[in-house]
Amino acid sequence: MALFDARAKDIRNLPGFGLTATLAVAFLYAPIVFLVLYSFNAGRSISRLDGLSWRWYQAVFANEEIAGAALNSVLLAVIAASVATVMATAAALAMVRMKVRRRAAAYAVLNFPLMVPEIVTAIASLIFFSSVGLGLGFGSLVIAHTTFCIPFAYLPITARLTSMDPALESAAADLYARPWTQFRLITLPLLAPGLMSGWLLAFIVSLDDFIISSMLSGPGSTTLPVHIYSMLRLGITPEVNAVSSLMVLASALVVITSGLIARKHS
Amino acid sequence: MQDQEDACRLTGLGRTYGKGVSAHRALDSIDLTIRANEFFTLLGPSGCGKTTLLRLIGGFDQPTAGEIAIFGRNVAGLPPEDRPVNTVFQNYALFPHLTVAENVGFALRMLGRPKAEIAATVARMVALVGLEGMEHRRPDQLSGGQKQRVALARALAPGPKILLLDEPLSALDAKLRQRMRSELKALQRETGITFVFVTHDQDEALAMSDRIAVMQGGRVQQLGKPEEIYEAPANRFVADFIGGANLIPARIGARGAEAEGLGVVPASGDLGAEVTLAIRPERLAILPAGQQQPGDLGPLRVAERIYMGNELSFRLEGALVPLHVTLPRGGLRGAQDFTPGDAVCLRAEPGAIRVLSS
Repeated sequence: MALFDARAKDIRNLPGFGLTATLAVAFLYAPIVFLVLYSFNAGRSISRLDGLSWRWYQAVFANEEIAGAALNSVLLAVIAASVATVMATAAALAMVRMKVRRRAAAYAVLNFPLMVPEIVTAIASLIFFSSVGLGLGFGSLVIAHTTFCIPFAYLPITARLTSMDPALESAAADLYARPWTQFRLITLPLLAPGLMSGWLLAFIVSLDDFIISSMLSGPGSTTLPVHIYSMLRLGITPEVNAVSSLMVLASALVVITSGLIARKHS
Repeated sequence: MQDQEDACRLTGLGRTYGKGVSAHRALDSIDLTIRANEFFTLLGPSGCGKTTLLRLIGGFDQPTAGEIAIFGRNVAGLPPEDRPVNTVFQNYALFPHLTVAENVGFALRMLGRPKAEIAATVARMVALVGLEGMEHRRPDQLSGGQKQRVALARALAPGPKILLLDEPLSALDAKLRQRMRSELKALQRETGITFVFVTHDQDEALAMSDRIAVMQGGRVQQLGKPEEIYEAPANRFVADFIGGANLIPARIGARGAEAEGLGVVPASGDLGAEVTLAIRPERLAILPAGQQQPGDLGPLRVAERIYMGNELSFRLEGALVPLHVTLPRGGLRGAQDFTPGDAVCLRAEPGAIRVLSS
């Protein structure tokens, strides 16, 4: 018999825990379940099921505007996530070497954009890009997305880096590795799972962004979420459900991949 | 003679952290010469500066004062990768994503040696530390003792002129630690490499070292062979830190050193000077109070009898500080045993009492 019974303190043993948890999960996922269900509707309604079919998915894949917007979104997310990952890695490498107080300050600066309401960032970006003459379009989107992706990429990278033994780099130096070689042969391979998670997180955040993209996208640079929103204005058909369901699927795949990577290296 | 060349000469070496009032002097003007081929130990409690000193020799940190010469060459400002010195780190710092063979061969690969030479050296080093057959394992598939051996092999592979060892045995369990002591010492003799070993464990230091520098407060308190450090501690700190001597406050009087409650013991010094008498617990004999003669310490009362298998020790009260006496188990045969409350006195072996200035 243990001196201290951990189970007694386990929140899972509190009365009503099961019910609360079930309701919470249902509340989170019910809208998505309905969204996916009606994407298979044979009829045109998004609230009355007239049998099941693939027709709206066929419509999505036949729609060139959606394909163009999807391509824009993916291209944008890949570029933004990649640049953000490089910059976040540089920041993380510098910050683990800082003294505690400075590191806290740098951390606050880096993460402040996460606290700012996105509409504020969006409007600020719009005004800024217009006033410096950069205009709207893919270039502005890349800059804005990269910027807000950095804190997301930073978190898993710095988590991985702080869990690394700093003596490893000292050991590499002691064994005659030059600074760049130390980084390439020791730090980078050990950091890889963090880089992967950071990149995927940034990718998803960029892919799902609507507010900033809607402000900054110009003609020809519409992203998928912005395009879906514009589809709504023309009248809602299950085609919207279908394209949204595909985005849910893409997001889920990325999250699962990220989780598998994290588990393999834990 | 080549063998008598100095491996490492430290001159006025200092390391201060911070500035102004908050400055912390981790090392204070260290002058030290480590001879070639010796097993040299830096011994002291945590915070004494021993690890800082090792880091300065390794190039992981730069001194704020003084010079370091390694085999006559000034290494000021050189990073670790430019020093003919390798290190066994406290928690081994093995590269977790590389195999044993890749870890051991890392330095040779960095030095651009041919593949065949690397393979041969790795095989030789792996055999030297008795890890044949483990070449393709990764560090997380090794036990603590095996990791320790890999760390040793890795640091020895490039053939350093000096091997630095930062508390390498502290992560091992007691039994393994004992065995690694003998192995380390044998390895040092075999390779002829100068070992600079950092530890806070006096037994380790005494058992392995050719010479020991006892450190405290960023300074070397005493430098000498293990026997000198143990038998002739230079000051109170060394006497207390190594082997836990009885430290008795006393004053030099006309007939010798007068310790309150203990009588007078033969000692010379400036009349009236405050001194500390240092006596090792095992260099005292315990006798019934009735047998006290001039020069014996007493009378005292037995406060505790502590049986520890290979030895028997008593804690005695009646003086300003509690005194300890330790008898080897054999030493008790024929001698009288005592229980708490018994009145006793202590008789020191000739030459066992050292008078240290307070």
